[in-house]
Amino acid sequence: MMRRAALTVLLGVCLSLAAAAAWAVDPTELPDPTLQARYVALTHELRCMQCQNESLADSPVDLAADLRREVRNQLLAGKSDDEIRAWMTARYGDFILFRPRYSLRNAWLWGAPGVLLLIGVLVCWRIVRNRTTLLAADQEPLEEDGRS
Amino acid sequence: MNRFLLPLGLFVLLAVVLAIGIRHSPEKGIIASPLLGKPAPQFSLPSLNDPTREVRSADLKGHWYLFNVWGTWCGECRQEHETLLQVQRAGVVPIIGLDWKDDDAQAAAWLTQLGNPYQSVATDHSGREAIDWGVYGAPETFLVSPQGVVVYKHVGALTPDTWMREILPRVSGLSAGKS
Repeated sequence: MMRRAALTVLLGVCLSLAAAAAWAVDPTELPDPTLQARYVALTHELRCMQCQNESLADSPVDLAADLRREVRNQLLAGKSDDEIRAWMTARYGDFILFRPRYSLRNAWLWGAPGVLLLIGVLVCWRIVRNRTTLLAADQEPLEEDGRS
Repeated sequence: MNRFLLPLGLFVLLAVVLAIGIRHSPEKGIIASPLLGKPAPQFSLPSLNDPTREVRSADLKGHWYLFNVWGTWCGECRQEHETLLQVQRAGVVPIIGLDWKDDDAQAAAWLTQLGNPYQSVATDHSGREAIDWGVYGAPETFLVSPQGVVVYKHVGALTPDTWMREILPRVSGLSAGKS
């Protein structure tokens, strides 16, 4: 019982710390809730170029703050999500996008999971087929049985 | 025999793919600039020595120039400073500085103390100009052609080696071909 209470308290503390940290990185609140939602989505799918494995939304470095400011200003200026993405890639390249674009160059990237799945299905099918033929052979009466 | 052929083939394929990946993986996380071969961003920014004056890209047309992004808060910039001074002394191509998110007084003091390799220094307090150049860490150096096209980009401290191997041949080779 005590342990459970302690765990709950610990979890609560961790969660509030995480919330505080998120707030500390980016306290932006746009006036319009739909704009705010688009802002949150965009800053999560754009990469921080300095720390590279964090999104703009999660990164505390200066450059990420500058790029978030750009996203904010362009949203307020009425730019579309695609326009903002294009603006970013014109400067930082495709690398800034966490979600790769659908393009001929990226075809292998998007196609690979499907190809791998297909290979998996083929392998499964072969194994199952081999097993069923073995099983069928096993269930045939042996010649000796017939004779005795 | 056949049982091992398929896994072996897959293994070889995987090894080849990974080898290509390792070969082509960017050095120390250097990201290719989409600006290469494209017109350099147009700018018009206050000058560090005289904030009433502006450093303008339009005034730089018709000549090669190096565009060097730096700041007094940047350790590697101090390392490359000697190389910049050497490049300036060589007198082949002028260096335009972009003082990125820096304090003007500190930047001026840095140049008095270490020497000034720049033809002019533009200030970028907000960091907006650096974004147009796709800068993600100082120092970064761009070589811009007389036509205003970004020809080469170097990320990190400039070394005499990069200068000799990458920048000088581009400047002298192309200008020799033109004259």
